[in-house]
Amino acid sequence: MSVRSRRLSYLPEQSVAEMENSKEAAHRTVRIGTMDTIVAALIFALGALVVYESYRLGSGWDENGPQAGYFPFYIGLLVCISSAVVFVQGLLRFKSDVRVFVRQDQFGQVLVILLPSAVYVLGIQLIGIYVPSAVFIGLFMKIVGKYSWLRSTVICLAVSVIAFLLFEVWFKIPLPKGPFETLIGY
Amino acid sequence: MEELNALFHGFSVALTPFNLMLMFIGIILGVIIGVLPGLGGANGVAILLPLTFSMPPTSAIIMLSCIYWGALFGGAITSILFNIPGEPWSVATTFDGYPMAQQGRAGEALTGAFTSSFVGALVAVLMFTFLAPLIANFALQFGPPEFFAVYLLTFCSFIGTGKGNPFKIIASMMLGFAMAAVGIDIVTGQLRLTFGFTELLSGFHFLVAVIGLFGIGEILLSMEEGLSFSGHSAKINPRIVFQTWAKLPRYWATSIRSCFIGCWMGIIPGGATPASFMSYGVARQMSRDGGKFGTGQLEGVVAPETAAHAAGTSALLPMITLGIPGSPTAAVLLGGLMIWGLQPGPLLFVEQKDFVWGLIASMYLGNIAGLIVVLTMVPLFAAILRVPFSIIAPIIVVICAIGAFTVKNNMLDVWLMVVFGVVGYVFKKLDYPLAPLVLALVLGDAAESSFRQAMLLSQGSITVFWSNWLVGSLTTLALVLLAWPLFTALRERLRAAEQSG
Repeated sequence: MSVRSRRLSYLPEQSVAEMENSKEAAHRTVRIGTMDTIVAALIFALGALVVYESYRLGSGWDENGPQAGYFPFYIGLLVCISSAVVFVQGLLRFKSDVRVFVRQDQFGQVLVILLPSAVYVLGIQLIGIYVPSAVFIGLFMKIVGKYSWLRSTVICLAVSVIAFLLFEVWFKIPLPKGPFETLIGY
Repeated sequence: MEELNALFHGFSVALTPFNLMLMFIGIILGVIIGVLPGLGGANGVAILLPLTFSMPPTSAIIMLSCIYWGALFGGAITSILFNIPGEPWSVATTFDGYPMAQQGRAGEALTGAFTSSFVGALVAVLMFTFLAPLIANFALQFGPPEFFAVYLLTFCSFIGTGKGNPFKIIASMMLGFAMAAVGIDIVTGQLRLTFGFTELLSGFHFLVAVIGLFGIGEILLSMEEGLSFSGHSAKINPRIVFQTWAKLPRYWATSIRSCFIGCWMGIIPGGATPASFMSYGVARQMSRDGGKFGTGQLEGVVAPETAAHAAGTSALLPMITLGIPGSPTAAVLLGGLMIWGLQPGPLLFVEQKDFVWGLIASMYLGNIAGLIVVLTMVPLFAAILRVPFSIIAPIIVVICAIGAFTVKNNMLDVWLMVVFGVVGYVFKKLDYPLAPLVLALVLGDAAESSFRQAMLLSQGSITVFWSNWLVGSLTTLALVLLAWPLFTALRERLRAAEQSG
């Protein structure tokens, strides 16, 4: 649940903006307007890609009826049109819209979970899911949560062992495994 | 009376020990999912869906729908005790629920919320029991043009009823359709939009998108907030429960109004959240104590909770009868039906009687089970929310990764989950709604094939969508909804002009 957006969603936009702007002095920020235009441009590019590819596949009719690109062509077109409007709206409001998309310190917090998660997924790819899960949870608790080694170790091992029993033993749903699981006979 | 016979048959299907056990497991998991940050109803059902692949479909849907009821109940706990709405439709519950908790009346507020949720759900299920077979029967006559018109109506109503920028709603929705088109085209067998990546042959799976957008996206948002929960303690004992129950009949009028609003809005996609706000607003206007709303009125908890639960329940009505889900969670359940080999839509009522009536019977039983579970176990659920986020966050990432992998046993899906997570975070912050994207991803193929079949029927003429009164009125209604934001913008501009002139 995104607490801020929901908790404050019934406050007028301006007061939220003011609250955030008071903190702005201390941190570098990215404005909503900037992100709005960048994201709209990216969506437009995706839409254009869909239109191009559908056109290449054939977006019209042949003797069997509508071709493969018939439906996606119009979908891509609508993506382009709607994102173009959002882009222009963003440009028009660029100066007046002072709301903040994210502050530097907030973005840092996001990276605190996002980067380890990406490394964790890479770990799954390389050595299976169970060992990286334990390492991920344990290190996160130790470094971000500042828990003792004992607590972190107990909880991270418990999660991995429970997951292992649940998936490999009871439900027989194979998850990615690596050298460690081979070692214990799985 | 045919419905009653079918319903009793349904009870005999649902009332096996195995199914009852699944019901309680589902409710408890559902409440936990509803209480935890990063795990909402849609995402929770998506993660647990792969576990049900080996179960009989009826047991699977009973468990998953109970997770849904549990999540609906769970939202109220966090709203009242922590002033944090666990789900968007419980935002309105915080207005009076949290002040009550501050005054030490948390038990009363929770009992009121749970009981009125139960009443709302019960009324909606009753409506469901008698209305669903009628709608299904009616829909049996639908051809491709009618189905496409219903799809069009579904998606246009997002634009008509949505609060945000209509162009962002369209962009988000169309991205969903574009993603649904990726992979092998079922009709011609051609590869579409794969750009030479063999991993994309089978397209984007909506479960992966749901887990990423809702699960990882919410985790990123919650981290940004730097959450620390501080809440009020909840004591519920039988005395408080009965005292509250004695007070509740006073609000019968509010309750009936809220049930009506909920049932009506629930059928419209994304209806639960507007239903809860609307019901709160109406109750404040109509109540004798309207002026005191917001200071801890029990009536202010009853109104949104009844409506939200009624809407959440009736969101399953179009899903079962037409194959069109009214909410992201219903969309995930619909995807589940397809995975279990059932074709959602009106034929279900003819071909899968056991399944449909087992599900309907489980809606009655599941909500009774839910009421018992939440009334007896509130302190436990509140304790879960006190577990620090630095433990919860990595565990939820692990659960999401497992969930994404088990969808197709594909490692690429886990990477896609991370990408969808970032997209979900950015989209949420920029007010691109996620529900239309997910619904479009789920319904994309079905909508496309009905569109193509309709076009084949008419040899490419768009007039097929006005070829009879039924499809014509559906299409026209859809277009009116599509143009609705335009009307309201015009009206506001006129009003502003009048005021300044």
